[in-house]
Amino acid sequence: MAGSEPSHRSLKGDLMDKKRTEKDESLFVSGHRACHGCGLALAVRHVLEATGSNVIVVSPTGCLETFSSPYGFSPWRVPWIHHVFENAPAIASGVAAALRAQGRDATRVVAIGGDGATFDIGFGSLSGMLERGDDVLYICTDNGAYMNTGGQRSGATPFCAATTTHPPGKASFGKSEKKKDLPEIVAAHGTPYVATATVAYLGDLKQKVKKAMTLHGPRYIQIDTPCPSVWNFPSHLTLEIGRLGVNSGLVPLFEMVDGKITKVKKLRTKLPVIEYLNKQKRYQHLVASDLSQETLQAIQDQADQNIAKYGLMA
Amino acid sequence: MTKIKVVEGSEAVAMAVKACRPQVVAAYPISPQTHIVEALARMAADGELKAEYVRVESEFSAASVVSGASAAGSRSYTASASQGLLLMTEVLYASAGMRLPFVITGVNRSISAPINIQVDHQDTISLRDSGVIQLYVESAQEAYDLHLAAFKIAEHPAIMLPVMVCMDGWVLTHSYEPVEFVEQEKVDNFLPPFKPENFLDVANPKSWGSYAEGDVLMEFKYAIHKAMSEGKAHIRCILAELAALTGRDYGGLVEAYRTDDADVVLVAMGSMAGTIKDAVDDLRREGKKVGLVRIRCYRPFPHEELSAALGRAKLVAVLDANVSIGSEGAVGLDIKSKLNGRPGAPMVVDFIAGLGGREVNAGAVRRIVERTERIFSSGVPISEAEWLDLNPAIVP
Repeated sequence: MAGSEPSHRSLKGDLMDKKRTEKDESLFVSGHRACHGCGLALAVRHVLEATGSNVIVVSPTGCLETFSSPYGFSPWRVPWIHHVFENAPAIASGVAAALRAQGRDATRVVAIGGDGATFDIGFGSLSGMLERGDDVLYICTDNGAYMNTGGQRSGATPFCAATTTHPPGKASFGKSEKKKDLPEIVAAHGTPYVATATVAYLGDLKQKVKKAMTLHGPRYIQIDTPCPSVWNFPSHLTLEIGRLGVNSGLVPLFEMVDGKITKVKKLRTKLPVIEYLNKQKRYQHLVASDLSQETLQAIQDQADQNIAKYGLMA
Repeated sequence: MTKIKVVEGSEAVAMAVKACRPQVVAAYPISPQTHIVEALARMAADGELKAEYVRVESEFSAASVVSGASAAGSRSYTASASQGLLLMTEVLYASAGMRLPFVITGVNRSISAPINIQVDHQDTISLRDSGVIQLYVESAQEAYDLHLAAFKIAEHPAIMLPVMVCMDGWVLTHSYEPVEFVEQEKVDNFLPPFKPENFLDVANPKSWGSYAEGDVLMEFKYAIHKAMSEGKAHIRCILAELAALTGRDYGGLVEAYRTDDADVVLVAMGSMAGTIKDAVDDLRREGKKVGLVRIRCYRPFPHEELSAALGRAKLVAVLDANVSIGSEGAVGLDIKSKLNGRPGAPMVVDFIAGLGGREVNAGAVRRIVERTERIFSSGVPISEAEWLDLNPAIVP
């Protein structure tokens, strides 16, 4: 490489699978290094279908950055920037400020970060961005743990799930705390649009992204992105796991406009949570143990509370 | 017509920044940086500063906002001090690596613990390895002048690195001095609008901040290093151009003061150089051949200029307002490493001086010269830094 070459390169001619990608109309093309059945990669592809090409994407460190940016290659057909782990919202704020200063009003800013970057280490930065009212659509691809480093606990890890830093054992049933309710916290900043979505319902996901793109100011969409590698299920079951999460009530899908729930995805039939937990090894310790009835009931209670809170039953 | 006004150092900096027409300013308050960002906020409130002024929730985000704005092609500015600069550390390394040319004022202040808000250089020195160019100033006038140059240096196509103008907290930020301002038209000619070759552009989508393995990472780091060290030639030119613009020539990457025939040369950075110059004059009147080299550009390190300025001296005494705990002061270590192995190289003694705002007055400078001469005449070379004027009553 040339000594003065900056750390970014043209996509042209640098793609990993030229023949395949040339035919690919997507803004996030194939050839990246995500795991088989990765919910996150699927989410990104469909998010960009909904945003269109007039966007600059900002990502924190995480799975997405790692699998999409080995130097010299890139699946991104929109300008994309990764800086460090905990500052994607502030980088996005800076990009948005620059676009305003330059009068590039048609170009929009979308941040796409994982739950570790969003719920935990970048939370202060996110809160600042929301409070300032910066014109950024922030998308959290939530797989409930630090997958890039092998599946450690985050503030988004659900109750009882096994993670490498909070594993089940003789004195532990996995994560002992509930998942942080980030959509509520984001909404409490006065954020005009907050929604949850899942890769299991791509039509719903894209509709929400499109709606967010019609609005200005901070917007937040949290997408449930099942992770076959760490949730530990066969990679062809990503969408099914996602659907089970929704239909058990554990992953409520809703839209909040100006802090008020305006729309929810109703459940046709309510599934018991065990059907969702059963299919993932991260909950195996509950399913396998006789002593876990009380814990299982606590998870069922959470699902029931979600169903009641958001009015999920048809 | 040029205008001279008695202003606070912080106001002088804000005037220079405004004249450079930044498009994005990010600010988070910390003493003693506050008067700079407050002055810029007033200018923005009055519509004199036409920049997006982003009031962030931390220094981490201040550095991040200017990084994002710079990547998107806007001239950007922020300022901080002390703990704030340390909080920015991770961001600054990454921004240098990604070649984002914003300007930051590093208002020098001590680092905790113990907490202390007075001046020393521990904060900015702690960032010396980050890839951020560091300039140190002696006066409010020089702070004004070098901020004009800072953007031009940062944005030079062969450099493309953040530039930090380091100025002593309180002593420079809060003192009033007559400062001569350059007319806007002349500044505009000196500093044209920022037009980077690469920026986040939907018409030409590129990926920034890639993951790089060992097969290219060293070359990336070398490219940054090369941009900085070869950038010295460009910095020299820009400083000469600035001198022509302002009519004030401080002498390039270093300022040499009465060093031509000096036996003992003191080395320092920042505002303490003013006191040292007075002390040098006093000692000269007594017949002692003493001089001062003031480092203005610390990163890249100006070893060519230093070699020339220190060449004839027998003794070099470095006043380091910082310390690498467990070793010596940073400037002393740099100078020793550059003189190492040179035939006839002077003996270098490193003094840790002025931490936490402790005054380095003319008497202290005199004691430094005497101590250095004593060490030399004892014939026993010294391997540790000398901590200046420690109070024996409270030293453990």
